[in-house]
Amino acid sequence: MEALLDFFSFADPNVRLVTLGTVLLGAAAAVVGSFAFLRKRALVGDAIAHAILPGIVLAYVLSDSKNTLVLMAGALVSGWVALLSMDYLSNKTKLKTDTVIGLILSVFFGLGIFMLTAVQHTGRGNQAGLDKFLFGKAASMTQNDVYIFAALSIILILLTFVFFKAFKIVAFNRDYALTLGLPVKLAEFVLATLTVLAITTGIQAVGVVLMAALLITPAAAARSWTNALVSMILIAAFLGAFGGLVGSFISYTAPKMPTGPWIVMALSFFALFSLLFAPKRGVFSKLKLQRKNREKIITENFLKAFYLLGERSGNPQQIISREALLSYRDFPPAEFQFALRTLKKNLHVIALEGGWRLSKTGLEEGARVVRLHRLWEMYLTERMNFKSDHIHPNAETMEHVITPELEAELIKELNHPEKDPHESTIPY
Amino acid sequence: MMNEPALEVHNLTVSYHRKPVLWDVDFALPQGKIIGIIGPNGSGKTTLLKTIMGLLKPDSGYAELLGKPLDNIRDRVGYVPQRESVDWDFPASVMDVVLMGRYRKDNLFKRLSKQDKSIATEALEKVNMLEFANRQISQLSGGQQQRVFIARSLAQQADIYLMDEPFVGVDAATEESILKLLIDMRAEGKTVVIVHHDLQTAQSYFNWIVLLNTRLVACGPTADVFTDENLKEAYGGRLNLLSKMGELISEKEFPLRERGFDDKK
Repeated sequence: MEALLDFFSFADPNVRLVTLGTVLLGAAAAVVGSFAFLRKRALVGDAIAHAILPGIVLAYVLSDSKNTLVLMAGALVSGWVALLSMDYLSNKTKLKTDTVIGLILSVFFGLGIFMLTAVQHTGRGNQAGLDKFLFGKAASMTQNDVYIFAALSIILILLTFVFFKAFKIVAFNRDYALTLGLPVKLAEFVLATLTVLAITTGIQAVGVVLMAALLITPAAAARSWTNALVSMILIAAFLGAFGGLVGSFISYTAPKMPTGPWIVMALSFFALFSLLFAPKRGVFSKLKLQRKNREKIITENFLKAFYLLGERSGNPQQIISREALLSYRDFPPAEFQFALRTLKKNLHVIALEGGWRLSKTGLEEGARVVRLHRLWEMYLTERMNFKSDHIHPNAETMEHVITPELEAELIKELNHPEKDPHESTIPY
Repeated sequence: MMNEPALEVHNLTVSYHRKPVLWDVDFALPQGKIIGIIGPNGSGKTTLLKTIMGLLKPDSGYAELLGKPLDNIRDRVGYVPQRESVDWDFPASVMDVVLMGRYRKDNLFKRLSKQDKSIATEALEKVNMLEFANRQISQLSGGQQQRVFIARSLAQQADIYLMDEPFVGVDAATEESILKLLIDMRAEGKTVVIVHHDLQTAQSYFNWIVLLNTRLVACGPTADVFTDENLKEAYGGRLNLLSKMGELISEKEFPLRERGFDDKK
């Protein structure tokens, strides 16, 4: 707790600096990465991140300095060369895209590692720390670096804002954008440059190896929570920034802990959490929906049993015993208990001596289920030409699925039939 | 002006990876008609449409709309790509997609105007999708997706519309309503060119037909083109010698046209 307070007081100027830097990086990378994610170019980001290494080493060798701007210029050039090589190879050869991406990634990264090793063995005095680009070292950010990141992040976000419509239409339907005569090539050039820029700044914090996570993970997490592009990008930016904050905090409380990998861990946790727990798109909400459906099926089957037993006896609200229900259909004990408890709670059945009987609303519900069953059987025989001994299993399931709208359509299309194919009356 | 062809395709040859998909296709289409481009699978129908829309570069020949190259007349040409050509899980609403029909070079970096929004709304109304305006596109049925794409092209307020398989994956009621819409459009003097693969319905849907199978088989009023002989020629398989030539050109890396014979304008 004390560590938390200490951290957020930002009394330590270095903490302030590093945190600000990683938060900005996280947000900017997430914004640009959202479009890479939507264009299904996640791996391209990874390849560019790796391909940046030779550019950084070359810039250092040529300028003999570790000035951030110089190194970034080198990174930008080599990122662009990688991108163009990928485009060229996939257009001009028969290689598949995944092969091209893998090829460029390994060739450029291998070259980068080779150059890095060579430089480290020349015994240049100031080469130490160049290898931080491999895994990132947020703690070594200088004030100057953070100013540069801040400026770049603002440029990234502003350009995304200006080009928003262009990026959107290119990501959704590039061909259509071309037929409208829109400057698709310009939009793609700007987006690619922004991506390379975001990666170039990001590797300061997490290194080339983990950079793709910073780009793609927030977008993947954000997609689970919303169906609107603007909110998706905002959520991704927030998650990216928050990931940066968490990473900085952890490496502040445990100074041996590296910032970059912790940022990635935090982001991965957000993504996993979103995939599992997001409403609608999450795994758990799907499971919950499936459970609800199962419960609906169980209780509706019970209502139907009550209704049909009543129909057989001539008194629809007759008291029905446990034995009668079980002889109608062999309900498993757990289902039996669950269904009766639910039906009593909904006041669809009333418990009386010797069994249960349907209430008025229960009778209506039971009639509805039976009606849907028989209507669907009609539909299967009349419209789909099923034989009448083949329709029951299908209708058993569909009776739980049909919505009131579809029911109205069924009745209209079948001309309000009185009897089902087995000559049973359809209750309206 | 009215007598000018809506679309003129002149000696068009197009190839994928050097393999010719269209050989010297040459025809002209009148204005104010519903025109079907018909042919078997792989006969180059979509390639033809994409080349006309400038998405593919021809090896020879050119296409002109209302007597002008596409670049000079883009605002008057609407396009409906194949429904499967996009990812419908993209985070966007129906209205977002239809509004894309209002994107232009000169408003791409600005907000869309109120008028743009009204035009998009009316386009949605025309395809009976108004109540779905705020629906997520991932929740649409195939027929609804198709109508969204048609609404987007209507929002372009064009004179000529090129549609790629708008009747695929569409239920009978939607098919009928699209057809009615096309007839209304024709009544307003618009020209609609439709890539279509269903021979059964082609005869009743179209006034004019382009019969295609890598080369042009026939082009003209439906009654003239829809003969047994033409259909047999279009659907009776590709010309053997022609496809052998195509394979040879692709394999040996020959150019499709010698320099100076590319018929470009």
